[in-house]
This record gives sequence, C-alpha cells and structure tokens, in this order.
Amino acid sequence: MTSMEKGPGRRSLLNWLLGLWGGGVLGSVAYPVARYLAPPDIPEAATLSVGAGSARALAPNSGRVVPFGSRPAIVVRTPAGELRAFSATCTHLDCTVQYRPDLQRIWCACHNGQYDLNGRNVAGPPPRPLDSYDVNLNGDEIVIVRRS
Amino acid sequence: MGARARAWLEERVPLADVVDALRHKRVPHHRYSVWYYFGGMTLFLFGIQVGTGALLLLYYRPSATEAYESVQFIVTRVPFGWLVRSIHAWSSNLMVGCAVAHLFSVLFLHAYRRPRELTWVTGLILLLLTLAFGFTGYLLPWNQISFFATRVGTDIAASVPGVGHGLVRFLRGGNDVTGATLTRLFGFHVAILPAIATALVGLHLLLVQRHGMSVPPSVERDAAGSPGTVRSIPFLPHFILRDLFAWTATLAALAALSTFYPQELGIKADPFAPAPAGIRPEWYFLWAFEALKHVPATIAGINGEFVAVAVMGTGAAAALALPFLVPQTPTGHRVLVWLGVAALAFMGGMTALALTGGAP
Repeated sequence: MTSMEKGPGRRSLLNWLLGLWGGGVLGSVAYPVARYLAPPDIPEAATLSVGAGSARALAPNSGRVVPFGSRPAIVVRTPAGELRAFSATCTHLDCTVQYRPDLQRIWCACHNGQYDLNGRNVAGPPPRPLDSYDVNLNGDEIVIVRRS
Repeated sequence: MGARARAWLEERVPLADVVDALRHKRVPHHRYSVWYYFGGMTLFLFGIQVGTGALLLLYYRPSATEAYESVQFIVTRVPFGWLVRSIHAWSSNLMVGCAVAHLFSVLFLHAYRRPRELTWVTGLILLLLTLAFGFTGYLLPWNQISFFATRVGTDIAASVPGVGHGLVRFLRGGNDVTGATLTRLFGFHVAILPAIATALVGLHLLLVQRHGMSVPPSVERDAAGSPGTVRSIPFLPHFILRDLFAWTATLAALAALSTFYPQELGIKADPFAPAPAGIRPEWYFLWAFEALKHVPATIAGINGEFVAVAVMGTGAAAALALPFLVPQTPTGHRVLVWLGVAALAFMGGMTALALTGGAP
C-alpha cells in the first residue's frame, strides 16, 4: 500500500478528530453560557393574605390596587357597596388593571381590555377572567385572601 | 503633511492600494440615486448612538433603585446632560426611521437581487437589532410608561408554544419585570447588542463595497435602449461629499428636535400602580400595539395572541428569505412592490388608528 492510498483515510480521520475537537470546545463554552443566561428560580414564600387598607376609605364605585406578594391585586367596592378582590394582572399581556367608575368595570389601559365586577373578561383582548380572592374584614381593615 | 511623513506612514500602515481603489470606484447616478443615502444616514446615526451612549454611561446607574434618579441627575444637574440624553433618544427614533426608509428603498428598487442576497439578510438582521436596541433602551430610565411597555413586550414571547415561559424568563431575568430585568436589558443594550451590531455592520459595509451599488432594473432597461450605459459619479470625492451633506442635514435635524422637543422623563416606575391611561410604545411599535388590540382572545379555537405572534414571525422569516423567494421576472417584481405597498399601508393605517383612536 502506497502513501497515496493511505492518504484519504488518514485525512478523514484527522478531519473527524479536528471536528470533534472544535465541537467539544464550542460545546463546552456554549453549554455553561446557555445555562448562565437562564435565570435561577428563586423560590418565594407564597402570599396567602394581605391587608389592603381601610374599608371605609374605599367609596362605592371605586377601586384600589395593592401589593399581593410580588404582584398587584385590586380591591373593588361595587356601586352596591360590596367588596371584591382580584388579581390586578391583566390576563392579556401582563399590564396592571384599574377600576373605571364611568364604565363600572375593571379596565386595562394597555390594550383596552375590560372585566366586569365578577372579574369576567367581557370586552377587548383578555383571554381569561381575573383570578379572584376572598375578602374579609378585620375591623375596618380589608384583608384579601388567596383561595385554596 | 510632508511627503517624507506620508512615506513613513505608508511604510508602516500600507493603505495606498485601498485609497487608490476607492479613487477609481464609481457609483451609479440616476433618478433614484437619492435613495442610496438612507443607508449612510443610518450608519451616521449609529455612530451618534455609540458616542452619546458612551457619554450617558458615565452617569447612568443600572438598578431599580437608582436608574430613574441617575437619569434625572443627568438631565437636571449635568451640564448639557439634557442635550446628550435627548440626542440619544431622538437619534434612536431617526435611526429606526432611516433604516426603515433604507429597507423599503432597497425593496422597491430591487437591490436585493443576486448577488446581493446576503447584503439584504445582514441589513434586515441589523434592522431587527435596531428595534432590539430601542426596546432594551426604552426600559433604562425606569419610568412608568417604559415599565409597562416592557411588561407587555416581554409577555408577548409567552405565547410561543413550548419555550414561551422560558423565553419570558430569559428576557426578564425572572418571572416579573424587576430590577433584574433592568440590569439584564442594560447588559443587552450596552454590550451584547453593540458587539453583534458592530460585527454585522462591518460585514454589511464590506458586502456593499465589494458589490457596489445596485442599479434598479428599470434604469438598466432604459440604459440598454440608449447608446450610453448607466451614468456614474466617482465615489471619491463626489459621492462621499453628497453623503457628508446628508449627514450634516441629519445632524441639523437631530439638534433641532433634541433642543426644541427634549425627551420627557415621566414618573418613576411603580410595580404596584395601575398601567397609566394613554399608555403606548414608541411610534415604530405602534402598528403592532394597535393590531394586538384588535386580535380577539381566540381565533378558531386557537389563542389569538399565538396567532398574532405566528403571523408576525412568518412575516419576518419571509422578509429574511425574500431575495430567495422572489422570482426575478417583471411580474415577480411587480407583485413584490404591491406586497411592500400593502405592508406599508397596513403599518401606516394601524399607526394612524393608534394615534387618533383613544381608549374609551
């Protein structure tokens, strides 16, 4: 067997090794970088209930946005005087909703989504109702509680 | 500079052949030549962004507790700070405008044709990068409008099937828009995107230099009928001087806009405040923002958001592959022009609707 006949076999082996080397280097860089880019999960104590301010100060046909853990919640006093609480995060694209007395609805300013006083999505692009919370009173203080 | 000094320099930095090549380079000159200048203007504005961005970095602090205050400090206390910030913000707007004008002029003049397919592809990626610069930079002042724009913009990624949730976490640096998002988008804005953009601008310019300017098919046809070929002018100095004139006009417009209409800072972001009424993104995202308002929650049983994202994704992919998809025939060209006009009309119409039709 001459060296000419041996050549291509040896060359393809070398190319293969070279590819393995390059791929190994690229992979060993790309893998940690990709993992680094995905933020670590930071477990957060689940908020079960929060105080949401004075009940007397919340007039009929108005609403108030309060922190509920790391996310906002909205407490609404209906025109009939009833207190209700929902997640304030719009189910469309994550904006924070507010109460619109003129519409008597919960309204999202971002894309004009609307929810009725039961948190149901009734107009605009929101695909789902708002999550609703229980409302308790501790003296004058409104306490909103996540439903189990 | 004396001849000896020039010779000394040439021996150490040999560039004579490059300058000589540029001296002999010629640029086609015809009735559509004016559209050639938008690419150069976009490049000029990119330079302005690098310069003013570097200046802003000297005072800006990328954290949720300090970002707003540091921008406030820049615009109220730092001499000419208001001007530097205003130029950076206005220049980004003009840059998007020039890049879009450049894209559509290349489209309508059919400059994407063989062998310039990759010039088109790199150019379109650069436009997408410019939009990414705009999106990441928008949050940095940490004001109410930018906070919600970022919540909405990043949440759109959630509708991508399978990887949506991971994508949102990648963009936000967590589940919500927080200080972690600010730090992350800041890193994209000042390090990662500029590195990619600089490399691509280099490649794009190299391709433009190697291929020369494209001559529109209609001009080529006219020239074929007449005895003379397409007229041309020398690159150095005729074309460069025209380019410099366009850059000076751009600078004048930029200075006037920044001085007479300085960018507002707005109020500081509050994650527990409702989204303010009248909220809207930058003008170049308005068409998508308005279109999203009109997408129903579900379309034929499929999530409406997903349909919208799929349509936009398909549009972007088709635009990237455009030089390979369009048949190089007069009919193919005509169809493309009408598609381009339809896209412009859709975006223009949606933008007009967003500007005129307020929320109830």
